[in-house]
Amino acid sequence: MAKIVIDGVDYEVNPDNNLLQECLSQGLDLPYFCWHPCMGSVGACRQCAVIQYRDEDDDKGMLVMACMTPPTDGMIISIEDEQAKSFRSNVIESLMISHPHDCPVCEEGGECHLQDMTLMSGHNYRRYDKEKVTHRNQYLGPFIGHEMNRCITCYRCVRYYDDYAGGTDLSAQASHHHVYFGRHEEGVLESEFSGNLVEVCPTGVFTDRTFSENYTRKWDLQTAPSICTGCAVGCNTTPGERYGTLRRITNRYNSDVNGYFLCDRGRFGYGYSSSDQRFADPLQRKNETAEIMDDSAVQSMLDGFSSENTSVTTIGIGSPRASTEANYALRCLVGADNFFSGMSDEEFESANLILQLNKDKAFHSPSIREIEQADAILIVGEDVTNTAPRIALALRQSVRNKAMELADQSRIPRWQDAAVRELAQHDRSPLSILSGYKTRLDDVADDEIIDSIPRLASFAQAIAGSLSGKAEQIQVEDGQVAAVEKIAEQLKSAKRPLVIAGSSQGAELIKAAANIARALGESRADGAIDLCLLTPEVNSMGMAMLSTEENSLGAALEKLRSGEASKVVIVENDLYRRAPHGLVDEALEKAEQCLVIDQLPTATTAKADFVLPCTAFAEQESSYINYEGRAQLSFQVHRNHARAKSSWQWLSAATEEGIESLMHDCADAVPGLAKLCEILPDKSQFVGGMKVPRQSHRYSGRTAMKSHLGVHEPKQAVDSQSVMSFSMEGISSQKDASILASSWSPQWNSNQSISKFQSEVNGELKQGHTGKLVMERNAEGAYLEVSVSEDSSAELQLSRAHQIFGSDELSSRSSVIKQRMVGSYLGISEEDARSKRIRQGDSIAIVGVEASLSACIRSSIKNGSAVIYCDETMDSHSLPRSINISKSNNEVQTGIKGLIISDLMDEDN
Amino acid sequence: MTSEVIASTSSKARQLNAEEIAEIEHEMTLYPDKKAVGLEALKIVQKHQGWVSDESLLGIAKYLDLPAADLEGVATFFNLVFRQPVGDNVILFCDSVSCWIMGCENMKSHIKDTLGIDYGETTEDGKFTLIPVPCLGDCDRAPVMMVGEELHRNLTPDSIDEIVKNVRSK
Repeated sequence: MAKIVIDGVDYEVNPDNNLLQECLSQGLDLPYFCWHPCMGSVGACRQCAVIQYRDEDDDKGMLVMACMTPPTDGMIISIEDEQAKSFRSNVIESLMISHPHDCPVCEEGGECHLQDMTLMSGHNYRRYDKEKVTHRNQYLGPFIGHEMNRCITCYRCVRYYDDYAGGTDLSAQASHHHVYFGRHEEGVLESEFSGNLVEVCPTGVFTDRTFSENYTRKWDLQTAPSICTGCAVGCNTTPGERYGTLRRITNRYNSDVNGYFLCDRGRFGYGYSSSDQRFADPLQRKNETAEIMDDSAVQSMLDGFSSENTSVTTIGIGSPRASTEANYALRCLVGADNFFSGMSDEEFESANLILQLNKDKAFHSPSIREIEQADAILIVGEDVTNTAPRIALALRQSVRNKAMELADQSRIPRWQDAAVRELAQHDRSPLSILSGYKTRLDDVADDEIIDSIPRLASFAQAIAGSLSGKAEQIQVEDGQVAAVEKIAEQLKSAKRPLVIAGSSQGAELIKAAANIARALGESRADGAIDLCLLTPEVNSMGMAMLSTEENSLGAALEKLRSGEASKVVIVENDLYRRAPHGLVDEALEKAEQCLVIDQLPTATTAKADFVLPCTAFAEQESSYINYEGRAQLSFQVHRNHARAKSSWQWLSAATEEGIESLMHDCADAVPGLAKLCEILPDKSQFVGGMKVPRQSHRYSGRTAMKSHLGVHEPKQAVDSQSVMSFSMEGISSQKDASILASSWSPQWNSNQSISKFQSEVNGELKQGHTGKLVMERNAEGAYLEVSVSEDSSAELQLSRAHQIFGSDELSSRSSVIKQRMVGSYLGISEEDARSKRIRQGDSIAIVGVEASLSACIRSSIKNGSAVIYCDETMDSHSLPRSINISKSNNEVQTGIKGLIISDLMDEDN
Repeated sequence: MTSEVIASTSSKARQLNAEEIAEIEHEMTLYPDKKAVGLEALKIVQKHQGWVSDESLLGIAKYLDLPAADLEGVATFFNLVFRQPVGDNVILFCDSVSCWIMGCENMKSHIKDTLGIDYGETTEDGKFTLIPVPCLGDCDRAPVMMVGEELHRNLTPDSIDEIVKNVRSK
């Protein structure tokens, strides 16, 4: 620690950080633009100037940029010095010269870092009265709006988009007062993380188009801490509501999980929740029409499904996209023996395997913060950018650990961003990817092994063999032995190696990845190895913990088909996405009574006798368990004004008591979930009957909002179940970060106010940890048998592709996400395409399977293998492991226009 | 629902010609990183084509496997990489301090009267484009300007007429 004096006060600061960061960590107000807690310093904006004195006798001092200055012991500086203040005020005056006076119509107004810093710097009146520089804006796709005139050229956007997120299509253009941040030409921003530009830009250049369309000022939004339901990472979010619908989603800082950033699926994929297709009432099918049921009819219908009231067997089918409570309430209704997995059988097998490995003490499941510390990474078969996008963004930081190491050696501070990048050039920590096709991380990959899945499994087994010294396990082509040895050596010599796998390509690759991690652990003496195993959905882990291994979806469908069970309750699940369509049809036809609880119409609700409307993620309180086994609580943001209830409220008798009693029951009843209730807020912190307000202290227009109905402001809704209220009254939690929806601090109205809530910049929140790792790791594991047999019955070995926009069921029903979706496609090699006379984009038929796909000829794909992406209409679970194809004359509906992959062959080839 | 066209711009790229490629290949032997060749490649293409069209820029990006956005950043950073068509002869007219002291404003109005073009404009016959430049490093012989590759010093209205006449008659 270094002792420094700031404006006459002694502080102890960390000399490894820069002075600006340390000033902010100490809670001091010092304006800045180009610095960002995650991106280090470049000294571009000159806004954080302070005076540094040579010694106690020096009364003049000199101006230094705090962000470019390392604190040293005995340093004396001043933020408040008049010269420093006037310098900062002049700098911002110059930056603001061409900035328009459009705050009243700017989406950033009221939460604008530029507004905050302008006021903080004391630049209150404009003197410049000449012509301003203006720019043409670009169309950047359905997510991001562009308003270049507002730019103050801090360069944060390109530093985030290019340097941090690895984007290639946004750049700084032109020079001096013409500097422009945009694409080479108009078009969709390609990065899967483009939405963060909205939060990274200190003013309103990059805006959230979904928000602009339904705009509300920040202080007029009703918010609550929520969890993204887009994938298994469980990023922390803050959805904002006004007039009964969600208006936007912003990042909610969690030091272990998402930090400052979300992916575009999570940020923009919420539109389905205000879809006009949402079920509003309980429905009963009578012949071809659906009739609305009243409450008593619903109650007696539900009683009929309860295991206590019926002699026939009722089974329940849960869902990995539903909350732990929804699944648990269903399990209580039908009994644990009759509760079945809602995952596809292949995915369920993988999930159970992952569950088992997550209890194994040889491994550690790393958080995103920990993933960023890895200095050698092996990805086994998982296309992380499309299945758990936020992790792909973390991996782009992990590969920079080599640069940090070089910086340490050269004694360059790690936060000297430009210098460290210049020093490292293309040097990166090794990232090796085993995949059926080139993934979106290929630009930072050291080695890419592209092959069919069984051959990747044997390659992975060979790495495990090399690490454990079992030469007989190395069964790869001679040419690949060097690559096997190289990857093994990289993992072995790393300080913190990381192995990633997931359920996308089936269980064999997960087993092989676990074997690698086990062999790696045995070759080292420093504890558990980071093994990150990804499941596809927000609560795949929770679902797997609640169901027994035998109770697969296939078993459930068989029970219905055979008549062993005659009633079925399906919670938040479209079975047609999970199992062969023929089997689902047969099972549902056989079932005497079928109740489906869901938000939106699906192929499954179309077959139901009863449909109960359930609430969307932001309309209910519930918890989810992420890929690490981290349980996180998601609060209700707003009420659903129709008759929808959360699934657990429909299914559980204890609806009035809120979620707590159900969670306690669940923790007691389910092995492995004993710690679940530790995520509940500590109620003892609330005094005087005050709750945490969902509305900000500046919330306005409560009377005006309903003035078309009457001039008297109706009573605010009372939330009897939660620690939060639908009101402005109450008190923000001082002790519990899990109830902190968004940050605000005097003079800090933008998201940059988060530093006031962090124990130190980039540290944990002052109100403590949120979420809880529920898994106990105490099992002893062993090497797993891996099957590497190919299915040689047909020509092409299949692997599966996933799309960030499309593979997730709910977000893909949002209209902006639809604009980014592609149709089903089959990726094949150039040679295989030529031999079948198939050209790029042609329609393809699969022999024996009813489907029409677009050809996607990719230079990376091996002859004899193919990658298939199935959109929601395809009967994807009927596909065999290998296929024969031919050119088809059917017209494909959506095609592959808009697919962002680097190895797509040109159409003229 | 149709998807947006995303950055499939490589199909618009112009195939660089053999001469351009040979010169770019030579530059590539001089630098360890392809990114460093970007600027040289832009200059080479401009030398052969007179300016750098979108199609040329994409052609370079494709050839060097650089992001078009990055190359655009380089191309637009430098004022003398022309992203719009220019005349056969580019007049770089110095309007910096020394030339200003020596009366370059009169010279500029003379050019404007003679050629009928202002800064950033090209004559209708496509012979001349006029561009201001901050200094040509020949202050002791101000006012100065460059026409094409040639530097002209101690400009007077008469010498300007002579230069224009000579260029026109070529």
